[in-house]
Amino acid sequence: MTRQMTGAEMVIQALADQGVDTIFGYPGGSVLPIFDELYQQDKVHNVLVRHEQGAGHAAEGYARSTGRVGVALVTSGPGATNMVTALADALLDSIPMVCITGQVPTHLIGTDAFQEADTVGITRPCTKHNWLVRRIEDLPHVLHEAFRIATTGRPGPVLVDIPKNIQFQTGTYENFKGKPLTQYNPPVKGRVEAIKEAVALMAAAKKPVIYSGGGVINSGADASRLLRQFVEMTGFPITSTLMGLGGYPASGKNWLGMLGMHGTYEANLAMHDCDVMVCIGARFDDRITGRIDAFSPKSKKIHIDIDPSSINKNVLVDVPIVGDVAHILGQLTEAWLDLNPTVDTAAHKAWWKQIDSWRAKKCLTYKNSSEVIMPQYAIERLYALTKDRDTYITTEVGQHQMWVAQFYGFDEPKRFMTSGGLGTMGYGLPAAIGVQVAHPDALVIDVAGDASIQMNIQEMATAVQAGAPVKAFILNNQYMGMVRQWQQLLHGNRLSHSYVEAMPDFVKLAEAYGAVGIACSKPGDLDAAIEEMISIKRPVIFDCRVANLANCFPMIPSGKAHNEMLLGEEVSDEEIGNAIGAAGKALV
Amino acid sequence: MMIVAGQSQSTYFLEEEVPNTERSHTLSVLVDNEPGVLARVIGLFSGRGYNIESLTVSEVEHEKHLSRITVVTTGRPPVISQIMHQLGRLVPVHKVVNLTWSGESIERELALVKVGGRGELRDEALRLAQAFNARTVDATLESYVFEITGTPSDIDRFVSIMKECGLVEVARTGLAALARGRAGIVDSPAS
Repeated sequence: MTRQMTGAEMVIQALADQGVDTIFGYPGGSVLPIFDELYQQDKVHNVLVRHEQGAGHAAEGYARSTGRVGVALVTSGPGATNMVTALADALLDSIPMVCITGQVPTHLIGTDAFQEADTVGITRPCTKHNWLVRRIEDLPHVLHEAFRIATTGRPGPVLVDIPKNIQFQTGTYENFKGKPLTQYNPPVKGRVEAIKEAVALMAAAKKPVIYSGGGVINSGADASRLLRQFVEMTGFPITSTLMGLGGYPASGKNWLGMLGMHGTYEANLAMHDCDVMVCIGARFDDRITGRIDAFSPKSKKIHIDIDPSSINKNVLVDVPIVGDVAHILGQLTEAWLDLNPTVDTAAHKAWWKQIDSWRAKKCLTYKNSSEVIMPQYAIERLYALTKDRDTYITTEVGQHQMWVAQFYGFDEPKRFMTSGGLGTMGYGLPAAIGVQVAHPDALVIDVAGDASIQMNIQEMATAVQAGAPVKAFILNNQYMGMVRQWQQLLHGNRLSHSYVEAMPDFVKLAEAYGAVGIACSKPGDLDAAIEEMISIKRPVIFDCRVANLANCFPMIPSGKAHNEMLLGEEVSDEEIGNAIGAAGKALV
Repeated sequence: MMIVAGQSQSTYFLEEEVPNTERSHTLSVLVDNEPGVLARVIGLFSGRGYNIESLTVSEVEHEKHLSRITVVTTGRPPVISQIMHQLGRLVPVHKVVNLTWSGESIERELALVKVGGRGELRDEALRLAQAFNARTVDATLESYVFEITGTPSDIDRFVSIMKECGLVEVARTGLAALARGRAGIVDSPAS
């Protein structure tokens, strides 16, 4: 069925036809016709942010916690350039997102008009695809194709740039949902021979390990269910990247904890010593592999990824399987049951015994204190007091983020939203708002650092206006903690510009925004303060004063291998100072 | 090796088939002829630190809005296969074929070569041009413009000889390349 309508109406109609009821946006000159249409209908609801970057991260949080597409709507020029960080973030973490930007009228494009920027040029390398729509005839199909591209294959952000005169023009609208505009159509099923080869390798494994990632979460609820079933069936130990936490439950008996730079001792040593590695929806990122030429030297590697370019990009693998995690896990399960292999039970038993000896190191141990709140303790208490609730956690980037990954046990997918690939400070608060809008009755907590929270603190006003009772739980140590830790490790403890001297009074700041402020600095008061935070049905800033100079351990120093980890308890200051060689100092 | 949109791919067999040495590869890329597609390809190369030795692009099927990009790049096989996969995941890319891997191919380039001078050198330039099968497309009392078609190395050779005969300037088209035999990029099966 077709209808005549303006370009601006088409945008709203296409959103409604795609089942979108919530978007995140900020108006401006070039996008006013669309905001005018928003005003005149009630199918699509806009959450007004305070900065376009916030709209982008809110859309990301919305998308990651629901599995649906996050939509942002911003104006031309600075509106679009402010969105760039969020687009790059969504690209690296494979978040489905549609960003609609206004553009100056077509006859002004190229004239350096007011608030003109080459939006498609600027965002080309940080989107999966983008369009500048110069003709009203093209708009309906491009809008629907944007949703298809964002969600098909490896998900990612797409951008549709719409000049203002196109928004005013009238044309024919048609619902193109399910009708592709381009030939883009990545495969979901893995090659049968590869599946067979993988199952044969796994069946013969003596020291197997599963290394799962964000692909499990992105693939949907089926993928997590199949992964759990697969682990149960094979009995293999499993670790996961930051992005994959919750795919397999942290309370599961085969769980080794997160791997990588701040991963657990047992996860990293299992990766180093295994003979068969099954990588499921992860991409051998440098935070995972450490020193690449010493990465898991004795293993045969199976790599499941929907993006062919992920395969052999950083690490050469033996059996690549290109396709969707859920489909392939289904195929693998079927092939395993068909083969019904007799595994080397004695070898598996010995492998688990070895793993248990690594676990016995208790690598996450820290020295607790009755005087000052240790940051690890704060996360442990936050976990203990929120785990039985309907809780979603977002984070900013830094030490607090790693402590959450280490000490907060995620048992379900889509419960943990964090900026993994790009490492965007300022992600957590707007992302939490996006999550809260999608789950109005849930408890949504942004675990933040005192530095990160200030990168997008303006979004507190968004939370108050939207009635989104998010909690910003700040581990306040007065430093950019991870920067300070690196300066200690790499730069002779010369703490160049990592001390935040002029810290705002977060309690007063919360009150200034119309939110609630809570401060806590004594371990004995912490539980009650957290309970109070949970009971408040309004946005809260929780200023949790923690030990200033705590370091995040364990840690694989830059340029080192998985079996060269620094463990917290046993490291002296001198060892920390000498931990990273000259070559490692050049790495990030 | 070939990468086709919408088909399952793997790369692990490559290392056994081709020697692991750095060399130049000619890639044929079939793309939707839409605004920005060339920028996407070029941006991919510069953004990921791959080099481009030569790049040509032109519409080859008007009704289907298809263009063909021929790009010459250098690298070891894993890098080349990474480049192909990165190209393959661009939305407007239909197909990526490595002509260097898929067997024999024909490679041609066209150059316009201007030489200036009088007397003996001018005669010598004309004689050499004839020896190279170059056409004379412009002549004045003190200059020639030759048109030469051949492999890039043919043209290199011609240009370097013309330096001795008063070379003024050169314009080259970049490489056009096709696989030998019956199969075309569109209808050939994926390998």
